[in-house]
Amino acid sequence: MAENRKGNWWIWKVFWILLAITAIEVFMGILKVNEKLPEAFVYDTFLGLAWITHTFIILTLIKAAYIVMTFMHLGDEIKSFRWTILLPAFILVPYLLFIIIVEATHTITL
Amino acid sequence: MNEETLDEALIKDHKPAWRGGDLPFKTSYGKMMMWFFLITDTLTFSAFLASYGFSRFKFEDIWPVPEEVFTHFPFMKGEHPLLFVALMTFILIMSSVTMVLAVNYGHKMQKNKVILWLSLTILGGSAFLGSQAWEWGHFIHGDKGAIDTKTEFVVHIAQGEKLSSVYDLMELDKYSYDQDQQIQIESIINQLKQKPDYNIRTANKTYLSNEESIKYLRDNATQTILGANLVKNEYGHPLFADYFYFITGFHGFHVFSGVVLLIILLINVIKGTYERRGHYEMVEKIGLYWHFVDLVWVFVFTFFYLV
Repeated sequence: MAENRKGNWWIWKVFWILLAITAIEVFMGILKVNEKLPEAFVYDTFLGLAWITHTFIILTLIKAAYIVMTFMHLGDEIKSFRWTILLPAFILVPYLLFIIIVEATHTITL
Repeated sequence: MNEETLDEALIKDHKPAWRGGDLPFKTSYGKMMMWFFLITDTLTFSAFLASYGFSRFKFEDIWPVPEEVFTHFPFMKGEHPLLFVALMTFILIMSSVTMVLAVNYGHKMQKNKVILWLSLTILGGSAFLGSQAWEWGHFIHGDKGAIDTKTEFVVHIAQGEKLSSVYDLMELDKYSYDQDQQIQIESIINQLKQKPDYNIRTANKTYLSNEESIKYLRDNATQTILGANLVKNEYGHPLFADYFYFITGFHGFHVFSGVVLLIILLINVIKGTYERRGHYEMVEKIGLYWHFVDLVWVFVFTFFYLV
């Protein structure tokens, strides 16, 4: 549990990580608007999404993992509880996204 | 066999596991229930963001570019895409840090430190709500103006290959102009005739020449749109504004609820309720909710403003 952790240094460590990732995201976003990024990175797609979008999603998931595991102390809970919380999201959200995005990109040709 | 029911016998013989006696997950009932609530909330928010994704993919060609919509920063002129939302994200991450510090000092039973960090968290939450109000104000008022067409796809005024605004073309002041006064399509066409460097950008982001623009507006234009509401908005597809109001509004309502909970919590901490109770678990439970609000914003930030 959190009591084992001495001091506050780990909180500030996570804070700097979150801040750095956000700064990278904003910087990339501004470069994208000003068209300073390589075209292949912004326009070439993989699985229907541009590479830059994949990068943004991965960075977001890293941030989310840090918030859930350290700030919310889920990393300190026992394994069975951890999976009780995480599995519904891990199963249902990708499933929902899969159905909905496939449906959105499907076009009827008459 | 005596009159005792099975249930009563079980209670006598064993510690009742599901009556609050044991802690199967080694975490308290309150914290566990907060987590279960957060799962349901996760699914709600993912449904919102997924439906946003649906509409965006469905209308990919004519969907507004977020970087062109959210470009303002208080007390600064010109276009600053992403800067203000970055500030809002920073405020919320910062308030998450102060919250986790409050939880940490709660573990150590240091009342005054808990009061300090909780107050700063409330301050951060309120600052975020204020920023959101400002953002909504700008979104509703609008920035560049647009022209609605028969196909219901809005077109924008441009100068060559660069996005301009209805206000610039008409030489009106963006902030003092009374938006209830319709700008007639005829007067826009007249201005376009007089100023050959102006033209329009169609919904799928192609720039027309000045003559093409005039012809396009003659054939298709219905009315000018200034600002945004749930039915029409100057940024593009009507659904864009609907999702903006709904998703950021629902998140903002979560932040507001969080601030209210934190204020109640702070009052109880000051009164010494948790000191008497012997533990500061309530700080932890409301902290979970607060971090969740931050977590949702991380996703809203990416999927609404960034990509």
